[in-house]
Amino acid sequence: MCGTCGCGSENNGPTILKPGEHKHSHEEHHHHDEHSHSHDDHHHHHHDGHSHTHSHIHDHKHKVLEIEQDILNNNAVLAARNRGYFEAKHIFALNLVSSPGSGKTSILERTLADLNKEMSFYVIEGDQQTMNDANRIDALNIPVVQINTGKGCHLESDMVYEAVKKLEMKDHSVLMIENVGNLVCPSMFDLGESKRVVIISTTEGEDKPIKYPDMFHTADVCIINKIDLLPYVNIDIQKLKNYALQVNPHLQFFEVSATKGVGMETWYKWLKENLV
Amino acid sequence: MHELSIALGIVKIAEDETAKAKAEKVTKIELEIGVLAGIEIDSLNFVWSSAVENTVLENAEKEILIIDGIGKCIDCDTEFAMENIYDCCPNCGSNFKGILKGKELKVKTLEVI
Repeated sequence: MCGTCGCGSENNGPTILKPGEHKHSHEEHHHHDEHSHSHDDHHHHHHDGHSHTHSHIHDHKHKVLEIEQDILNNNAVLAARNRGYFEAKHIFALNLVSSPGSGKTSILERTLADLNKEMSFYVIEGDQQTMNDANRIDALNIPVVQINTGKGCHLESDMVYEAVKKLEMKDHSVLMIENVGNLVCPSMFDLGESKRVVIISTTEGEDKPIKYPDMFHTADVCIINKIDLLPYVNIDIQKLKNYALQVNPHLQFFEVSATKGVGMETWYKWLKENLV
Repeated sequence: MHELSIALGIVKIAEDETAKAKAEKVTKIELEIGVLAGIEIDSLNFVWSSAVENTVLENAEKEILIIDGIGKCIDCDTEFAMENIYDCCPNCGSNFKGILKGKELKVKTLEVI
Protein backbone atom coordinates (compact mmCIF):
# COMPACT_ATOMS: atom_id res chain seq x y z
CA MET A 1 0.00 0.00 0.00
CA CYS A 2 1.17 3.51 -0.74
CA GLY A 3 2.69 5.09 2.35
CA THR A 4 1.31 8.54 1.80
CA CYS A 5 -2.09 8.25 0.26
CA GLY A 6 -2.99 4.74 1.30
CA CYS A 7 -3.93 3.68 -2.19
CA GLY A 8 -3.44 0.15 -3.35
CA SER A 9 -2.34 0.87 -6.89
CA GLU A 10 0.82 2.44 -8.19
CA ASN A 11 -1.08 5.07 -10.13
CA ASN A 12 -2.84 6.94 -7.38
CA GLY A 13 -0.01 8.38 -5.29
CA PRO A 14 0.94 12.04 -5.03
CA THR A 15 2.13 13.64 -8.23
CA ILE A 16 4.27 16.75 -8.04
CA LEU A 17 4.30 18.72 -11.27
CA LYS A 18 4.94 22.16 -12.68
CA PRO A 19 2.38 23.46 -15.19
CA GLY A 20 3.25 22.04 -18.61
CA GLU A 21 5.33 19.25 -17.13
CA HIS A 22 4.39 15.69 -18.04
CA LYS A 23 3.71 12.93 -15.63
CA HIS A 24 6.58 10.52 -15.19
CA SER A 25 5.45 7.25 -13.79
CA HIS A 26 8.73 6.86 -11.92
CA GLU A 27 8.12 9.98 -9.93
CA GLU A 28 4.62 9.15 -8.89
CA HIS A 29 5.59 7.03 -5.98
CA HIS A 30 8.96 8.43 -5.10
CA HIS A 31 7.84 8.91 -1.52
CA HIS A 32 8.26 5.18 -1.21
CA ASP A 33 11.99 5.73 -1.53
CA GLU A 34 11.85 8.29 1.22
CA HIS A 35 10.02 5.95 3.53
CA SER A 36 11.44 2.65 2.51
CA HIS A 37 13.40 0.79 5.11
CA SER A 38 15.85 -1.62 3.66
CA HIS A 39 17.12 -4.26 5.98
CA ASP A 40 20.67 -2.99 5.91
CA ASP A 41 20.04 0.51 7.22
CA HIS A 42 20.28 -0.44 10.87
CA HIS A 43 23.19 1.89 11.45
CA HIS A 44 21.29 4.86 10.21
CA HIS A 45 18.52 4.22 12.68
CA HIS A 46 20.91 3.46 15.44
CA HIS A 47 22.48 6.86 15.24
CA ASP A 48 19.35 8.94 15.06
CA GLY A 49 19.24 9.10 18.84
CA HIS A 50 15.47 8.86 19.09
CA SER A 51 14.65 5.36 20.06
CA HIS A 52 17.20 3.32 21.87
CA THR A 53 15.52 -0.01 22.05
CA HIS A 54 15.74 -2.09 25.20
CA SER A 55 14.95 -5.71 24.77
CA HIS A 56 13.54 -7.71 27.61
CA ILE A 57 13.72 -11.40 26.94
CA HIS A 58 10.62 -13.06 28.30
CA ASP A 59 11.23 -16.53 26.99
CA HIS A 60 13.32 -17.97 24.23
CA LYS A 61 11.14 -16.52 21.51
CA HIS A 62 9.04 -13.58 22.68
CA LYS A 63 10.73 -10.23 23.15
CA VAL A 64 9.15 -6.96 24.27
CA LEU A 65 10.75 -3.92 22.63
CA GLU A 66 10.33 -0.60 24.46
CA ILE A 67 9.95 1.72 21.50
CA GLU A 68 8.55 5.00 22.89
CA GLN A 69 8.64 6.60 19.44
CA ASP A 70 6.45 9.47 18.31
CA ILE A 71 4.41 8.36 15.32
CA LEU A 72 4.70 11.77 13.66
CA ASN A 73 8.46 11.82 14.16
CA ASN A 74 9.24 11.08 10.52
CA ASN A 75 7.14 14.02 9.35
CA ALA A 76 8.62 16.26 12.04
CA VAL A 77 12.20 15.46 11.02
CA LEU A 78 11.52 16.26 7.36
CA ALA A 79 9.63 19.42 8.35
CA ALA A 80 12.65 20.56 10.37
CA ARG A 81 14.82 20.03 7.30
CA ASN A 82 12.48 22.20 5.21
CA ARG A 83 12.41 24.88 7.92
CA GLY A 84 16.20 25.01 8.11
CA TYR A 85 16.40 25.49 4.36
CA PHE A 86 13.81 28.30 4.47
CA GLU A 87 15.56 30.05 7.34
CA ALA A 88 18.97 29.84 5.71
CA LYS A 89 17.58 31.43 2.56
CA HIS A 90 15.44 33.97 4.44
CA ILE A 91 12.32 32.53 2.85
CA PHE A 92 9.06 33.36 4.59
CA ALA A 93 6.96 30.22 4.14
CA LEU A 94 3.22 30.20 4.80
CA ASN A 95 0.99 27.15 5.11
CA LEU A 96 -2.52 28.19 4.05
CA VAL A 97 -5.25 25.95 5.46
CA SER A 98 -9.05 26.09 5.36
CA SER A 99 -12.21 24.21 4.42
CA PRO A 100 -12.79 23.84 0.68
CA GLY A 101 -14.27 27.04 -0.73
CA SER A 102 -13.11 29.56 1.91
CA GLY A 103 -11.11 31.41 -0.71
CA LYS A 104 -7.51 30.29 -0.24
CA THR A 105 -6.75 30.45 -3.94
CA SER A 106 -8.58 33.78 -4.40
CA ILE A 107 -6.64 35.40 -1.54
CA LEU A 108 -3.47 33.99 -3.04
CA GLU A 109 -4.25 35.26 -6.55
CA ARG A 110 -5.09 38.75 -5.30
CA THR A 111 -1.98 38.92 -3.11
CA LEU A 112 0.31 37.76 -5.90
CA ALA A 113 -1.21 40.14 -8.44
CA ASP A 114 -0.93 43.14 -6.08
CA LEU A 115 2.55 42.47 -4.64
CA ASN A 116 4.22 40.76 -7.58
CA LYS A 117 6.38 43.78 -8.38
CA GLU A 118 7.55 44.35 -4.79
CA MET A 119 8.32 40.82 -3.63
CA SER A 120 9.28 37.53 -5.19
CA PHE A 121 6.77 34.73 -4.68
CA TYR A 122 6.74 30.98 -5.11
CA VAL A 123 3.68 28.77 -4.75
CA ILE A 124 3.02 25.13 -3.92
CA GLU A 125 -0.55 24.04 -4.60
CA GLY A 126 -2.00 21.02 -2.83
CA ASP A 127 -5.18 19.39 -4.10
CA GLN A 128 -6.41 15.85 -4.42
CA GLN A 129 -6.77 16.19 -8.18
CA THR A 130 -6.25 18.56 -11.14
CA MET A 131 -3.70 21.18 -12.14
CA ASN A 132 -6.42 23.88 -12.02
CA ASP A 133 -5.01 25.90 -9.13
CA ALA A 134 -1.46 25.73 -10.45
CA ASN A 135 -2.70 26.94 -13.82
CA ARG A 136 -4.43 29.90 -12.13
CA ILE A 137 -1.14 30.87 -10.44
CA ASP A 138 0.91 30.13 -13.56
CA ALA A 139 -1.27 32.63 -15.43
CA LEU A 140 0.22 35.32 -13.15
CA ASN A 141 3.76 34.26 -14.13
CA ILE A 142 4.55 33.06 -10.61
CA PRO A 143 6.66 29.86 -10.30
CA VAL A 144 4.33 27.14 -9.05
CA VAL A 145 4.35 23.41 -8.39
CA GLN A 146 1.16 21.39 -8.03
CA ILE A 147 1.01 18.47 -5.62
CA ASN A 148 -1.89 16.13 -6.28
CA THR A 149 -2.31 13.96 -3.23
CA GLY A 150 -4.56 11.42 -4.93
CA LYS A 151 -6.62 9.94 -2.13
CA GLY A 152 -4.58 11.77 0.53
CA CYS A 153 -6.34 14.47 2.53
CA HIS A 154 -3.39 16.70 3.48
CA LEU A 155 0.15 17.66 2.52
CA GLU A 156 3.09 16.12 4.37
CA SER A 157 6.59 17.47 4.77
CA ASP A 158 8.19 15.02 2.32
CA MET A 159 5.89 16.18 -0.50
CA VAL A 160 6.78 19.81 0.22
CA TYR A 161 10.47 18.87 0.24
CA GLU A 162 10.16 17.36 -3.25
CA ALA A 163 8.14 20.33 -4.52
CA VAL A 164 10.63 22.84 -3.09
CA LYS A 165 13.46 21.11 -4.97
CA LYS A 166 11.64 21.85 -8.22
CA LEU A 167 11.14 25.54 -7.42
CA GLU A 168 14.82 26.57 -7.03
CA MET A 169 13.85 29.60 -4.97
CA LYS A 170 15.80 32.82 -4.68
CA ASP A 171 16.75 34.19 -1.24
CA HIS A 172 14.42 36.67 0.50
CA SER A 173 11.26 35.29 -1.11
CA VAL A 174 7.80 34.35 0.07
CA LEU A 175 6.67 30.74 -0.34
CA MET A 176 2.91 30.19 -0.24
CA ILE A 177 1.91 26.57 0.38
CA GLU A 178 -1.80 26.09 -0.26
CA ASN A 179 -2.79 22.96 1.61
CA VAL A 180 -5.59 20.59 0.63
CA GLY A 181 -8.99 22.11 1.51
CA ASN A 182 -9.71 20.28 4.74
CA LEU A 183 -10.03 21.69 8.24
CA VAL A 184 -9.13 18.48 10.06
CA CYS A 185 -6.22 16.48 8.70
CA PRO A 186 -3.63 19.14 7.72
CA SER A 187 -3.51 20.40 11.32
CA MET A 188 -1.36 17.47 12.44
CA PHE A 189 1.30 17.76 9.77
CA ASP A 190 4.04 20.36 10.14
CA LEU A 191 5.43 21.22 6.70
CA GLY A 192 8.28 23.39 7.99
CA GLU A 193 6.36 26.62 7.45
CA SER A 194 7.27 29.89 9.18
CA LYS A 195 3.62 30.66 9.94
CA ARG A 196 0.36 28.79 9.58
CA VAL A 197 -2.56 30.80 8.23
CA VAL A 198 -6.11 29.51 8.68
CA ILE A 199 -8.76 31.03 6.43
CA ILE A 200 -12.46 31.10 7.29
CA SER A 201 -15.18 32.86 5.31
CA THR A 202 -18.29 34.67 6.48
CA THR A 203 -20.47 32.02 4.82
CA GLU A 204 -19.25 29.47 7.35
CA GLY A 205 -20.60 29.11 10.90
CA GLU A 206 -19.16 31.32 13.61
CA ASP A 207 -18.60 28.28 15.84
CA LYS A 208 -16.27 26.61 13.34
CA PRO A 209 -13.19 27.33 15.50
CA ILE A 210 -14.55 25.17 18.31
CA LYS A 211 -15.96 22.56 15.93
CA TYR A 212 -12.52 22.13 14.36
CA PRO A 213 -10.29 23.30 17.22
CA ASP A 214 -7.08 21.54 16.22
CA MET A 215 -6.61 23.68 13.13
CA PHE A 216 -7.21 26.94 14.99
CA HIS A 217 -5.01 25.78 17.84
CA THR A 218 -2.02 25.26 15.54
CA ALA A 219 -2.49 28.41 13.41
CA ASP A 220 -0.70 31.73 13.95
CA VAL A 221 -2.93 33.89 11.79
CA CYS A 222 -6.66 33.79 10.96
CA ILE A 223 -7.93 35.49 7.82
CA ILE A 224 -11.69 36.09 7.74
CA ASN A 225 -12.59 36.25 4.05
CA LYS A 226 -15.69 37.38 2.12
CA ILE A 227 -16.46 40.27 4.49
CA ASP A 228 -18.23 41.97 1.57
CA LEU A 229 -21.01 39.42 2.11
CA LEU A 230 -21.64 40.49 5.73
CA PRO A 231 -24.94 42.27 4.94
CA TYR A 232 -26.32 39.06 3.45
CA VAL A 233 -25.16 36.40 5.87
CA ASN A 234 -26.11 35.65 9.42
CA ILE A 235 -22.76 35.71 11.19
CA ASP A 236 -21.42 37.62 14.19
CA ILE A 237 -17.73 38.27 13.46
CA GLN A 238 -16.94 39.14 17.08
CA LYS A 239 -18.43 35.83 18.21
CA LEU A 240 -16.32 33.98 15.65
CA LYS A 241 -13.20 35.75 16.93
CA ASN A 242 -14.08 34.97 20.54
CA TYR A 243 -14.47 31.29 19.72
CA ALA A 244 -11.15 31.32 17.85
CA LEU A 245 -9.40 33.11 20.75
CA GLN A 246 -10.83 30.59 23.16
CA VAL A 247 -9.02 27.87 21.20
CA ASN A 248 -5.90 29.93 20.59
CA PRO A 249 -5.44 33.23 22.46
CA HIS A 250 -2.38 34.09 20.33
CA LEU A 251 -4.25 34.26 16.98
CA GLN A 252 -3.86 37.38 14.89
CA PHE A 253 -6.83 38.34 12.65
CA PHE A 254 -7.25 39.94 9.26
CA GLU A 255 -10.67 40.73 7.80
CA VAL A 256 -10.64 40.81 4.00
CA SER A 257 -12.61 40.38 0.83
CA ALA A 258 -10.26 38.89 -1.73
CA THR A 259 -12.63 39.46 -4.64
CA LYS A 260 -13.38 43.11 -3.77
CA GLY A 261 -9.90 43.88 -2.41
CA VAL A 262 -11.22 45.16 0.93
CA GLY A 263 -8.84 44.91 3.92
CA MET A 264 -5.98 43.47 1.89
CA GLU A 265 -3.59 46.35 2.78
CA THR A 266 -3.18 45.33 6.44
CA TRP A 267 -2.51 41.74 5.34
CA TYR A 268 0.11 43.00 2.86
CA LYS A 269 1.70 45.14 5.58
CA TRP A 270 2.02 42.06 7.79
CA LEU A 271 3.58 40.07 4.92
CA LYS A 272 6.15 42.80 4.25
CA GLU A 273 7.03 43.12 7.93
CA ASN A 274 7.71 39.39 8.14
CA LEU A 275 9.88 39.17 5.05
CA VAL A 276 13.44 39.78 6.17
CA MET B 1 -8.99 10.61 7.28
CA HIS B 2 -5.46 11.31 8.47
CA GLU B 3 -5.77 8.24 10.68
CA LEU B 4 -4.64 6.22 7.64
CA SER B 5 -1.39 8.20 7.48
CA ILE B 6 -1.00 7.64 11.21
CA ALA B 7 -1.64 3.90 10.84
CA LEU B 8 0.95 3.71 8.07
CA GLY B 9 3.40 5.61 10.28
CA ILE B 10 2.86 2.97 12.94
CA VAL B 11 3.45 0.22 10.38
CA LYS B 12 6.74 1.84 9.36
CA ILE B 13 7.96 2.02 12.96
CA ALA B 14 6.94 -1.61 13.55
CA GLU B 15 8.65 -2.81 10.35
CA ASP B 16 11.87 -0.93 11.21
CA GLU B 17 12.03 -2.08 14.81
CA THR B 18 11.15 -5.68 14.00
CA ALA B 19 13.93 -5.81 11.42
CA LYS B 20 16.35 -4.20 13.89
CA ALA B 21 15.53 -6.85 16.49
CA LYS B 22 15.94 -9.54 13.81
CA ALA B 23 12.45 -10.76 14.65
CA GLU B 24 9.85 -12.08 12.25
CA LYS B 25 6.62 -10.47 13.30
CA VAL B 26 4.81 -8.52 15.97
CA THR B 27 2.44 -10.35 18.28
CA LYS B 28 1.33 -7.31 20.25
CA ILE B 29 1.62 -3.55 19.86
CA GLU B 30 0.94 -0.97 22.57
CA LEU B 31 0.07 2.56 21.47
CA GLU B 32 -0.23 5.68 23.62
CA ILE B 33 -2.78 8.17 22.32
CA GLY B 34 -3.75 11.33 24.16
CA VAL B 35 -7.34 12.60 24.03
CA LEU B 36 -6.05 15.92 22.63
CA ALA B 37 -3.87 14.34 19.92
CA GLY B 38 -6.48 14.80 17.19
CA ILE B 39 -6.97 11.10 16.56
CA GLU B 40 -10.37 9.44 16.35
CA ILE B 41 -9.81 5.98 17.80
CA ASP B 42 -12.81 4.64 15.83
CA SER B 43 -11.28 5.90 12.58
CA LEU B 44 -7.92 4.38 13.47
CA ASN B 45 -9.60 1.04 14.19
CA PHE B 46 -11.50 1.32 10.92
CA VAL B 47 -8.38 1.71 8.76
CA TRP B 48 -6.21 -0.62 10.83
CA SER B 49 -6.83 -3.92 9.03
CA SER B 50 -6.13 -2.51 5.57
CA ALA B 51 -3.03 -0.63 6.81
CA VAL B 52 -1.42 -3.68 8.45
CA GLU B 53 -2.23 -6.15 5.67
CA ASN B 54 0.91 -8.00 4.53
CA THR B 55 3.09 -6.33 7.15
CA VAL B 56 4.69 -7.53 10.40
CA LEU B 57 1.63 -6.17 12.21
CA GLU B 58 -0.90 -8.22 10.26
CA ASN B 59 -1.88 -10.53 13.12
CA ALA B 60 -0.73 -8.41 16.03
CA GLU B 61 -2.96 -7.66 18.99
CA LYS B 62 -3.41 -3.90 19.32
CA GLU B 63 -3.72 -2.21 22.69
CA ILE B 64 -4.39 1.51 22.90
CA LEU B 65 -3.59 3.34 26.13
CA ILE B 66 -5.66 6.51 26.26
CA ILE B 67 -3.92 9.42 28.01
CA ASP B 68 -6.21 11.97 29.66
CA GLY B 69 -5.66 15.66 29.02
CA ILE B 70 -4.12 17.87 31.69
CA GLY B 71 -3.59 21.59 31.30
CA LYS B 72 -1.87 24.18 33.48
CA CYS B 73 -3.16 27.74 33.57
CA ILE B 74 -0.51 30.31 32.69
CA ASP B 75 -2.27 33.03 34.68
CA CYS B 76 -3.04 31.27 37.99
CA ASP B 77 -1.02 28.01 37.83
CA THR B 78 -4.09 25.78 38.35
CA GLU B 79 -3.74 22.28 36.91
CA PHE B 80 -6.96 20.98 35.43
CA ALA B 81 -8.43 18.11 33.42
CA MET B 82 -8.95 18.89 29.71
CA GLU B 83 -11.41 17.15 27.44
CA ASN B 84 -11.16 19.65 24.59
CA ILE B 85 -8.26 21.70 23.37
CA TYR B 86 -10.29 24.90 23.98
CA ASP B 87 -11.15 24.18 27.64
CA CYS B 88 -10.37 27.23 29.75
CA CYS B 89 -9.08 27.37 33.33
CA PRO B 90 -11.90 26.39 35.71
CA ASN B 91 -10.43 28.61 38.41
CA CYS B 92 -9.90 31.95 36.65
CA GLY B 93 -11.42 31.43 33.19
CA SER B 94 -8.18 32.18 31.30
CA ASN B 95 -7.64 30.69 27.83
CA PHE B 96 -3.86 30.83 28.26
CA LYS B 97 -2.63 27.42 29.29
CA GLY B 98 0.08 24.88 28.69
CA ILE B 99 -0.94 21.34 27.78
CA LEU B 100 0.92 18.98 30.12
CA LYS B 101 -0.64 15.72 28.96
CA GLY B 102 -3.00 14.52 26.27
CA LYS B 103 -1.06 15.25 23.05
CA GLU B 104 0.75 11.88 23.10
CA LEU B 105 0.81 9.87 19.89
CA LYS B 106 3.36 7.13 20.07
CA VAL B 107 4.28 3.50 19.77
CA LYS B 108 5.08 2.42 23.32
CA THR B 109 6.05 -1.24 23.03
CA LEU B 110 6.20 -4.04 20.49
CA GLU B 111 6.12 -7.71 21.42
CA VAL B 112 7.93 -9.62 18.69
CA ILE B 113 8.83 -13.19 17.85
